Amino acid sequence: MAYLTQGETGEWETVIGMEIHAQITANSKLFSGASTLFGAEPNTQVSIVDAAMPGMLPVLNAYCVEQAVRTGLGLNAKINHTSVFERKNYFYPDLPQGYQISQFLHPIVGEGRIEIDLEGGKVKEIGITRLHLEQDAGKSVHDLHPSKSFVDLNRSGCALMEIVSEPDINSPEEAVAYLSKLRMILRYLGTCDGNMEEGSMRADVNISVRKPGDGLGTRAEIKNVNSLKAVQQAIDYEVARQIEIIEGGGKIVQETRLWDPNKGVTRSMRSKEEAHDYRYFPDPDLLPLHIQADWIAGIKETLPELPDQKKHRFIGEYGLSPYDAGVLIAERNRAAFFEAVAKGRDPKLAANWVINELLGILNKNATALDDSPISAAQLGALIDLIADNTISGKIAKDVFPLMYETGKDAGQIVEEKGLKQVTDTGAIEAVIDSIIAANPDNVAAYRGGKDKLFGFFVGQVMKETQGKANPAAVNDLLKKKLDA
Amino acid sequence: MTALTHLSIAAALDALEKKEFSARELTQAHIEAMESRRELNAYIIETPDIALSQADNSDKRRAKGDKAGLLEGIPLAIKDLFCTDNVQTTAASNILKGFIPPYESTVTRKLFDDGAVMLGKANLDQFAMGSSNTTSAFGNVINPWRGDDGRDLVPGGSSGGSAAAVAARIAMGATATDTGGSIRQPAAFCGLAGIKPTYGRCSRWGVIAFASSLDHPGPIARTVEDCALMLRSMSGHDPMDSTSAQRDVPDFAAALTGDLRGLKIGIPKEYRLDGIPAEIDTVWEQGIAWLKDAGAEIVDITLPHTKHALPTYYIIAPAEASSNLARYDGVRYGHRSAEASTLSEMYSKTRAEGFGEEVKRRIMIGTYVLSAGYYDAYYIKAQKVRRLILNDFTAAYEKCDAILTPTAPSAAFPIGENEDDPLKMYLNDVFTVTANLAGVPAMSVPAGLDARGLPLGLQILGRAWDEETVFKVAGVIERSAKFETLPQMLRKAA
Repeated sequence: MAYLTQGETGEWETVIGMEIHAQITANSKLFSGASTLFGAEPNTQVSIVDAAMPGMLPVLNAYCVEQAVRTGLGLNAKINHTSVFERKNYFYPDLPQGYQISQFLHPIVGEGRIEIDLEGGKVKEIGITRLHLEQDAGKSVHDLHPSKSFVDLNRSGCALMEIVSEPDINSPEEAVAYLSKLRMILRYLGTCDGNMEEGSMRADVNISVRKPGDGLGTRAEIKNVNSLKAVQQAIDYEVARQIEIIEGGGKIVQETRLWDPNKGVTRSMRSKEEAHDYRYFPDPDLLPLHIQADWIAGIKETLPELPDQKKHRFIGEYGLSPYDAGVLIAERNRAAFFEAVAKGRDPKLAANWVINELLGILNKNATALDDSPISAAQLGALIDLIADNTISGKIAKDVFPLMYETGKDAGQIVEEKGLKQVTDTGAIEAVIDSIIAANPDNVAAYRGGKDKLFGFFVGQVMKETQGKANPAAVNDLLKKKLDA
Repeated sequence: MTALTHLSIAAALDALEKKEFSARELTQAHIEAMESRRELNAYIIETPDIALSQADNSDKRRAKGDKAGLLEGIPLAIKDLFCTDNVQTTAASNILKGFIPPYESTVTRKLFDDGAVMLGKANLDQFAMGSSNTTSAFGNVINPWRGDDGRDLVPGGSSGGSAAAVAARIAMGATATDTGGSIRQPAAFCGLAGIKPTYGRCSRWGVIAFASSLDHPGPIARTVEDCALMLRSMSGHDPMDSTSAQRDVPDFAAALTGDLRGLKIGIPKEYRLDGIPAEIDTVWEQGIAWLKDAGAEIVDITLPHTKHALPTYYIIAPAEASSNLARYDGVRYGHRSAEASTLSEMYSKTRAEGFGEEVKRRIMIGTYVLSAGYYDAYYIKAQKVRRLILNDFTAAYEKCDAILTPTAPSAAFPIGENEDDPLKMYLNDVFTVTANLAGVPAMSVPAGLDARGLPLGLQILGRAWDEETVFKVAGVIERSAKFETLPQMLRKAA
């Protein structure tokens, strides 16, 4: 079912394309050796190249190129063997050179595609138009002084990948799914940490609306959409705004708008007429970038298993549901944790324990998986205790939080607390006999046809044995005694 | 005795080696000469303390018996486009007045590593834009040569301060840069040798950019051999400049054999222009005869796109300049207008106050040719013509090993001339810009005097990376021309 918005005059379709700026994970900047450390004191991560001192020249960081190629491969995209750096000219105090070195006509990565995951296990393919390399600008700070602005150049010159999608996205949910999936892929590849709060991933959203079957409408570009929530809200707001204008007899102006997360509105930054003339031209300080096929092949060999491949493998190899597989592959380390637990064990049981218990308790404690006090080996050992009937699943759920609190192994806790399952049929029989003796009325009722009372007897036995009796043995023995 | 300041670099190196005098004495002689010829305005700042300290260090190295550097103890002028560590560097513009870089350009670092001594920062046309050294914010430079009418002449540009200093014997050699002829034309106007090497031979790192794809650092000196010695020191791959080439640096001076047998010298018919003084043609013909005498074969060649070179140059160079000079915005260093109250005013007033007229003109031309709607018609077309000009040279070098042309369409002209008409001023570059567009090496060497007693230069162009042939041919012209005349001011002094 297509996502449609009901307006006064009928239904409207939404068309969205996204431009994602992703800061490349690298120790130094795109064209200088300066550090890229986030959160350092202002203007301490700045080389004389980044500050555009007279006579300074850019030198391309090969590692950043490798990261862009790796990302392109992860997006199933064409890698262009020749690409060209161009200058995008405009004045702003946090742009020291007076131009940004970017790629324009000849990006390093061409067309690709990714799959996004939607409600109900549905999958949709979104086209990637291109990926290009460019420098980040610095940061202007306007709120520290009544009449002065300050500039922090720490970010100036950091390497960005601008990833442009085709206008294949048709709802806020798809946009969120696209951004989430892209972020997941970049994190898997290790090419961007995807941290939207720190600004290492930023989204511009191009939105237009149209009546189903019509050609593309005029779009507005929404900037500063810097969280998944903001993507959802900004699109909702912008779609409503555009429909209201068109239905009111107005026209959409092609313009750049800014998302204001506090007020929950988009507002105009500049119209097409006011748009900068960036005067792009090839940067004469940099030669065209030529990359060799075997170099690309070498990078391809180092690619990790990507989220979609992993998901399909988890479904096929472990028999997991698409939902469980999706949860487990969302983070690369989570999937690895699961696989360590599942190794040589029942994978569905392992998945349940990782998803429901471990992720649950980590989430409750706002703790990252990497900081989990329970290791994969420890969780596996707990599952082993269930499998070999040392403890019941129920007891295991009591042991688990103790493991989390103490960091102790399951076996040790079971030992210390005397939680070992009772499998000695003689001992269980004795308990059953005493319960039957103590409840003659219920025994009579059960034997008279009240089958449901069986559960009462099980409960009594478990209570008496503090849950340690083997449930299967209890069932068998009870049946024998009661039905005798 | 011959004044120390009149020696060639080669002769001074020899004498220093033989301990006939010290680097300090050599430097001191130059410092005194500089003080006596300040009316030329060749230097923006003089750095005698640095010079003497470098000279003393050089003397110490020699005393210790250390291996002498290629330019051990040789006092030089440094064009004020080269950033010098802790020494004001201005590009002769108010926008950089007082700017002190905390870094040393690769070329000057190499020179100093080889023992050279810095006498001061030489004046130039503002941001190297000009052919007369009249666009400097620090005043124009006067050519030590004077015509028979006694009027003050321009030294040429943009490396006018460098050329005037070397000609006036207040530097033994000078660094210079050549974007459209800025080494060769002032060398010709001041009776000196100057070479623009192959693009990528000398690092541009730390040289204030005018037009990145056309800017070539190189030397100006009084002899071809001195240029060869300086260029060897200035050259070499620099990982900090992505356009710097990974090429071995030859011993250029070793190419000065005087023997041109087996060499073919091309004479391009397109360089015979209407309206050029007959004396230019005469000296060109004389040069051809000298080369023939030295065993070269003279061949007629064609460089058919030459007539498009000047307009092509005046699109590409301003386009790159408009972007390269965007960094002078008053935010981080250099001049910032005191009159501005908004960001936009800060930009416009800072740049209006900081840049000179010629710089503003070229920024505007460059901005225009890169603008949406004009880019294809100007910039892209110019790049295509640039390729055709390179193809012209490639084809020509299948027929010859080097090319001989005049350096400039006139001798030095009086200060103030051509100022009213930028196009006329731009014509000075008509013979020189092709080599910048093609990136091939080109050298000017003094070949004679015109009727007024002013020097005229001839230009030798070579194949990319074949500066050795250029030096070899230039050496023959130099030897044949026996150019020994001194500028008038030095004759009086002598």
